[in-house]
Amino acid sequence: MIKVQAEDFDVGAELAALSRGRAEVGAVASFIGLVRDVAGPGELSAMTLEHYPGMTERQLEQLEGEALDRWPLDKVLIIHRYGRLLPGDQIVLCAATSSHREAAFEACAFLMDWLKTKAPFWKLEEVDGKSNWVAARQDDDAAAARWQTDTPKSK
Amino acid sequence: MNQPVNRAINRPLKVLYFAWLRDRVGRSEEDVQPPGNVTTVGELMAWLARQSDGHGEAFKDPAIIRCAINQDYAKADAAISAGDEVAFFPPVTGG
Repeated sequence: MIKVQAEDFDVGAELAALSRGRAEVGAVASFIGLVRDVAGPGELSAMTLEHYPGMTERQLEQLEGEALDRWPLDKVLIIHRYGRLLPGDQIVLCAATSSHREAAFEACAFLMDWLKTKAPFWKLEEVDGKSNWVAARQDDDAAAARWQTDTPKSK
Repeated sequence: MNQPVNRAINRPLKVLYFAWLRDRVGRSEEDVQPPGNVTTVGELMAWLARQSDGHGEAFKDPAIIRCAINQDYAKADAAISAGDEVAFFPPVTGG
C-alpha cells in the first residue's frame, strides 16, 4: 500500500493494521525516516519536501510491485510525507511483512534504497534563514545499485 | 482511413519543472511548441535552454538533469511525441 500525504502518521497503528488478521505473518520489518536538526555547519529550522504528484505514486507502486516479486512477502507499506516539516518530524515509513524475518528485512532495505534514488521528492532545507535545495548523495546511488546485481537469497 | 499525424511541423508539449529547475525557469509548467527537428529529450533541453536567460540557467548542465515522459523516467535520447507531459528535475532527494 502506498500513501503520499502531508499529514503525520501513527507508526504503531499503521504497523498493527498491516499484520492484523494475517496469521501467517511472523515478521514485520520497518524503517522510519526523520528530519534531522543538522544541515552541514548550520542549524536546520525546517525542511520542505516537494514532490511530483502522480509520478510519485506511480514510482512507489512500481517499487512495491518489484519488492513483492523479489521476496515472499505478505504486504508492503510505504507512507511518504510532503510539505513543510520540522526537525524531529517523521518523513517516511516503510514496512514489509513476511512469514520470516530475512525477507522482511531485505525488502525493507531494498525499498528505502530504491525510494531514495527513484521517488520524485526534493528536499528544501531552511538553514540560518536561507533556503537550499539538498544535493543528491552518491552513496545513495551506490546503495541502490547493489540491488541490481544481488539475487535475493530468501526466495 | 486516418491520415498519419504530421509530427514534423510542431509538437505541442506540456513541460513541468521541479525544485531548482522551477526556481531558475521562474514557472512550474508551460505549454511549448518546439520545431519539428526537436525529437528527443536531449534536443528539447537544448531548445528550452535558448528560450530565456532563466531557462539557460536551468539547463546549463544537462547531464545532471533528470527527465520523465508521461511520469516514467526517460533518458536524453528518448523520443518525445505531441501531447507528452515532459518533466525536468534535479536528482531526487526523498526518504
